[in-house]
Amino acid sequence: MSDLGWLEVVLRAVAVLAGFLVLPLLVGQTEHKVMAHMQGRLGPMYAGGFHGWAQLVADGVKFVQKEDVVPARADRWAFRLAPGVALVPCLIALALIPLSPNVVGAKVDASVLLVLAVIGVGIIGTLMAGWASANKYSLLGAMRAAAQLVSYELPMVLVVASVALAAGTLSLIGITQAWTPWWLLWQLPGAVVFFVAGLAELQRTPFDMPVADSEIVFGPYTEYTGLRFAFFLLAEYAGIVVMSLLFAVLFLGGWSGPWSGTLGWLWTLLKALVVAVVVIWFRVSWPRLREDQLQRLAWVWLVPIALLQLAVTAVGVVMMR
Amino acid sequence: MTEATTSARELTVGVGAGGLATADMVLNIGPQHPATHGVLRLRIVVDGERIVSAEPIIGYMHRGAEKLFEVRDYRQIIVLANRHDWLSAFANELGVVLAVEDMLGMEVPQRAVWARTLLAELNRVLNHLMFLGSYPLELGAITPVFYAFREREELQAVMEEASGGRMHYMFNRVGGLKEDLPAGWLGRVTEAVAAVRRRLPDLERLLVGNEILEARTRGVGVLSRDLALGHGVSGPIARASGVDVDLRRDTPYLGYGELFGPGGPGRVVTLEAGDCLARLEVLLEQTRVSLDLADACVDRLAGLPQGPINVKLPKVLKVPEGQIYCATENPLGFNGYYLVSRGDKTPWRLKLRSASFNNVSVLAEMLPGQLIADMVAILGSMFFVVGDIDK
Repeated sequence: MSDLGWLEVVLRAVAVLAGFLVLPLLVGQTEHKVMAHMQGRLGPMYAGGFHGWAQLVADGVKFVQKEDVVPARADRWAFRLAPGVALVPCLIALALIPLSPNVVGAKVDASVLLVLAVIGVGIIGTLMAGWASANKYSLLGAMRAAAQLVSYELPMVLVVASVALAAGTLSLIGITQAWTPWWLLWQLPGAVVFFVAGLAELQRTPFDMPVADSEIVFGPYTEYTGLRFAFFLLAEYAGIVVMSLLFAVLFLGGWSGPWSGTLGWLWTLLKALVVAVVVIWFRVSWPRLREDQLQRLAWVWLVPIALLQLAVTAVGVVMMR
Repeated sequence: MTEATTSARELTVGVGAGGLATADMVLNIGPQHPATHGVLRLRIVVDGERIVSAEPIIGYMHRGAEKLFEVRDYRQIIVLANRHDWLSAFANELGVVLAVEDMLGMEVPQRAVWARTLLAELNRVLNHLMFLGSYPLELGAITPVFYAFREREELQAVMEEASGGRMHYMFNRVGGLKEDLPAGWLGRVTEAVAAVRRRLPDLERLLVGNEILEARTRGVGVLSRDLALGHGVSGPIARASGVDVDLRRDTPYLGYGELFGPGGPGRVVTLEAGDCLARLEVLLEQTRVSLDLADACVDRLAGLPQGPINVKLPKVLKVPEGQIYCATENPLGFNGYYLVSRGDKTPWRLKLRSASFNNVSVLAEMLPGQLIADMVAILGSMFFVVGDIDK
């Protein structure tokens, strides 16, 4: 990294920031429209003129104008800091995920490790929000988020280890370069586990217990208003972007496809978009599990499958070398 | 492991509050809460997420309906009476007019009897569809409600065409209906009923066919038959617990004697399980039965000769001295009016027995020991309307 000039560092940072601001909105708008059409509705149609394309921009403007309320009994610092703690890890993760060998915010050797470590921090923002709000519903939501954390981190790390083992590298670029279509079958169980664990990490349906609106109002985010609330929403959608990109890079071969030399970044984005649409699709079609049911799912299915995947990968690697 | 020999020592293993001092937390669910559809309030005491005790606190929507009945004449009472359970307006009107007609000894034209039966069944379908849509919402499924409302729209269009109202129909009058049915209306009812029946499986697949929904509802919130009987629970909730009672069959009124008689399309749906899933399944199956009943009513109406649909009333309607209890099977359960008249144009007392009041009273027995997530599943599956509780 030392060979980068300061101008290039700034340019790269700005590019990542732009992606960080645009991609989640893209996913959010896709959710609005895809969900609406699945439910026999139209979704936003007015903001911006063409099929409501500017709806989320309008929402953002509205959030900015709202009063920033901090509850009287809240832990002020933790309460104010929480949205940032939830948001920044997504930004860092986005900088590390390559769209193609050349289109990447920051080239890091052990990027898989760093990405996993960084996205694990985001949950702390939720826990802070839940504790600092001085609200019983928020506290319950934070408790649920913490209980959920136990269920998904382990299987996720195990399957990512399996992919790293298969490629023989901890670099995301290296993993994708080692990827062949044969992996689709070989790493399939791992991909399923990663996707399920990712949904749980994102707190998306069917694992949205921490924010279950019909049970605990909005969980840890109940007391938030205005821009801080919008940051939590942005963190959720940025999380979807990160998780989808990671899935595309680890399991779907990222930029491999026709004309990958020039259009590779587009392939990665398209594959990630497909994953994001599946995430949205789940939300439209399924109810929510209970916290203990997720834990049962994790320990009875996800962890054993992940371990099995690790063993299968190890056998495969030994046989092919 | 070295202390393993000192067996008397208490060892706390695993994550959680075991061994630590904990305090129970009092949590108010409502009167403003996304799961309470209105202003029901539950005061629950929780240990972590486990409910220690629950107390329904009612009365936030009390409008003094019974007292107001006493200063309204019988035409005006219908307006008030159709409001307590706003999802079953037609069925609510029905009890009042049946009671008054009975006291007057009034003969209601056949066409009115069958038109009322038809509209009551359509109203039942509308009510059930609402709960089939809103209950999954409690469980986090956001799509079924749109499917349910698509079907509701179909039926509301025909209800609106006949009565002019979409919610509070005000179509019943003492002695019949407000006015005759529009020309060609019966055909449109048949089409609407057929459309709803055709698309109902779409909704059903999102509900009973879904593993997650099943995991959330099977064996959750079991209401035993004895408990249901002890609290006077009625309607679909009681029938899901194996209480085989339906006033349409047991004390026939309107055209139900014929519909539930031998060879008729009417049948009473009962299940034994008594859990949330059973309650949902009863609702779903009852919707089908009601669609069949509506079809039978259309056939019967089409075969009737032209004639009046109401009885001409005197300028001042006075009900003779006496008393009557008239109970009907509302979509949510028994709906009874106890009418005491002293020969005036207003009732001396009109007591209302509404379904949701009894159905919700059982919550205090059902909720302790459940998780908060299950509480919402149970609360939703009790299919109540807050206006029907508070009156």
